[in-house]
Amino acid sequence: MNSPSQKQQVHQLNAQRLLCPIPVIRTQDKIKTLNKGDLLEVLCTDPGTLQDIPTWCRINGHHVVDTQQEDRLIKIIIKVGQIAP
Amino acid sequence: MPSSQIEQRKAVALISGGLDSMLAAKVIKDQGVHVEGINFYTGFCVEGHTHAIRKKDKRKEKRNNALWTAEQLGIKLHIIDISEQYKDIVINPKHGYGQNLNPCLDCKIFMVNQAQAWAWMEENDFDFIITGEVVGQRPKSQRADTMPIIAKESGAEDRLLRPLCAKNLPPTLPEREGWVDRERLYDFHGRNRKPQIELAHQLGFDDFAQPAGGCCFLTDESYSRKLADLWQARGERRYELDDILLLKIGRHIRPNERFKIMVSREEGENNFLEGYRKEFTNIRILSHPGPLALVDGTPNDEDLALAARIVARYSQGRAEDTVEVQIDKMDGEVRLLQIAPLLADDIPKAWFI
Repeated sequence: MNSPSQKQQVHQLNAQRLLCPIPVIRTQDKIKTLNKGDLLEVLCTDPGTLQDIPTWCRINGHHVVDTQQEDRLIKIIIKVGQIAP
Repeated sequence: MPSSQIEQRKAVALISGGLDSMLAAKVIKDQGVHVEGINFYTGFCVEGHTHAIRKKDKRKEKRNNALWTAEQLGIKLHIIDISEQYKDIVINPKHGYGQNLNPCLDCKIFMVNQAQAWAWMEENDFDFIITGEVVGQRPKSQRADTMPIIAKESGAEDRLLRPLCAKNLPPTLPEREGWVDRERLYDFHGRNRKPQIELAHQLGFDDFAQPAGGCCFLTDESYSRKLADLWQARGERRYELDDILLLKIGRHIRPNERFKIMVSREEGENNFLEGYRKEFTNIRILSHPGPLALVDGTPNDEDLALAARIVARYSQGRAEDTVEVQIDKMDGEVRLLQIAPLLADDIPKAWFI
């Protein structure tokens, strides 16, 4: 877990061309390796991620900071919450 | 001992996204047990892919029912990708297939077993496993005589609790130890869904998923036929994840044993197949709007010309004497042809897989 002095890290995950629920699984697995407070930018093309990734974040204690969509490219920015032990 | 010092027991629930697993988890959660969900991704899951691909489904809500269920229940959900290990279950089911290529009994054993839910339970210090199974509900996996097989062969033994039909089965460890109150469990049986629907309303659920035939493409006759055809054409029972995704997309037409074509039915499928153009010989109609088609197998020149005529039949040039077609072969060769589209009656029904 981050101490207050630790800098917030920004990470990226490329889940383009993957279909749900694979982008959710990749997000879940990536977040397990991150620290509380880190940001994760997930790039996707499956419109199902617009629903599924925020739902997964809500039930697992993470926060979707922003969602951007340009043509078929979707970017979901997540702030990592408490990581389960 | 003061109630604050009583250890809260923990159960892991197999969440498919259907009604029964939702009810099972809710019934146990309401008894004060800490419940978390596990959902397994096999590659054959019905939701997700097809809704994401087909443009005609764009207006449908693209929710993942397992995630939605977990949110309704207020529990965490862990989605586990078992698609690679699952191949062995589909290819070599010890207990055989159901009506189609659905290895339901082996599948359930596998999901509960030591390699999956059981291992997860032990690793995360949980006490028992819950499923939404109901005695007599499914012809293969949910029968009075097969349920003990799942408990035994999975390794879960009496730490596997089926809250919806527990009263029809011998008491399990969580019941015997008083972690859950057996009197507050159920005795559902058979294929009648009315008791589950009544319980759902009692528990305050008005919206729930009830996918016909379950949540797995392998229970679908048409899908199973395509998978069987794939194995027959390859001469071996083997698949990759891309293979089983492509079986969900487009029309699959096999004029002979050397090749089949996968023809998109609409723009969403066209976009999806575009992603595979470098991996297959593919056919496009240049002179008219029309589908993209991938060719799988080892077609000769005559086969490719026939494939082009079939694809042209699904283009807007179908009524023309000739249309212009481009074939991009796997070896890099690009062929431009003027061909006559086949008439609908010229494509035998037997060619459609």
